[in-house]
Amino acid sequence: MKLRSAVCLASAALTLGAVTFAGALPFRATDKIDPVADAKAFQKFFTDKFPKVKYEDFVNGPYSMNEDLHRQWQEKEQFPPYEFSLEMGKEMFSKPFKNGKSYEDCFPNKGIGIRQNYPYFDEKEGKVITLELALNRCREANGEPPFSYVRDEMAALTAYMAFTSRGKPMDIKIPNDPRALEAYQAGKEYFYTRRGQLNFSCATCHVQSPGERIRAEILAPALGIVNAMPIYRSEWSGMGTTSRRFTTCNSQIRGVPLSPQDDEYRNVEYYLSYVSNGLPISGPGARP
Amino acid sequence: MRNRMLRSTLVVVLLAAGVTSALSAGSEDEFKAAYAAADAANKEAAKLRNQWTTTASTLAAAKKAADAGEFDKATASAKEAEALAKASIFQATSEKTRWKEMEIR
Repeated sequence: MKLRSAVCLASAALTLGAVTFAGALPFRATDKIDPVADAKAFQKFFTDKFPKVKYEDFVNGPYSMNEDLHRQWQEKEQFPPYEFSLEMGKEMFSKPFKNGKSYEDCFPNKGIGIRQNYPYFDEKEGKVITLELALNRCREANGEPPFSYVRDEMAALTAYMAFTSRGKPMDIKIPNDPRALEAYQAGKEYFYTRRGQLNFSCATCHVQSPGERIRAEILAPALGIVNAMPIYRSEWSGMGTTSRRFTTCNSQIRGVPLSPQDDEYRNVEYYLSYVSNGLPISGPGARP
Repeated sequence: MRNRMLRSTLVVVLLAAGVTSALSAGSEDEFKAAYAAADAANKEAAKLRNQWTTTASTLAAAKKAADAGEFDKATASAKEAEALAKASIFQATSEKTRWKEMEIR
């Protein structure tokens, strides 16, 4: 790419972003951090935009946006492509570590039916703890090496844990701790911040354009998007964790991804999960 | 007479060699300066947690061209990388407030 075209592309993208969005939404009188009001507005935005979509169906991503796709998904669910991962996860979850302990010893209720409570804000550490992070910490605490956050093992473990929570409403808490509110707000900022040479934010695709096509893909709505994680993606021919989804989203818009489980990703998962509170866990999911 | 001709030829050859060497040295210096500027801008973007993949690939292309001795091409790529890095810095800086324009309220 020549210098001039690079500069033109970058400038055009930045200008387009400014023109498209500037003034589209009114400023609130105060910038007080109010997660309850945010979640209410977030959910209303999607139910207003898609009045025909059943509320709990938003967790099915692109399959909720289009009748034909919905039928495809129902057929797919007869022989779900994530089944192999689910079986692998179940086996891994029940297999003891070398020290005789297992994942059950690291989680409340022995790790069963708790997916809807992740991520949570750890007041001791002052940071957001995701399920993926908690699983690796469990492994390390028991003398096992951590898994890659973007590979099959982590996807399998989280698939099994999500499956045991299917149907339970997402239930993310923000404790009365200013650091928790800051983490939530930082996650929100990350979600709406444009990045990469294509000048896209998460919201560009998943708020502005759900149901629209981007090349061959139909974009999922942000509401309930994390409830289906991890997902089998036909495009990947395999399973993907939440970390994999975030990092590939970044690289697709020509941004250098951060490291999985960096604060930014943990915070944005916290924000997205909180605003999807009340919607059922549907993971593991399948996507085109 | 013959000696004179030989001396003139030698002078021309030496001059030509000198000019060529000066040109390529100048070009390499120009590349080094352009690359350093691009690299510094990309590091600044990293501090803002907003590097672009295209900056990295263009910097790599600049280095590859320089390794092959193609300093004009390398300098052009380095300048392009600097422009990309500066655009990513502008984006990160302006988005510190502009993200609110997209927020669902």
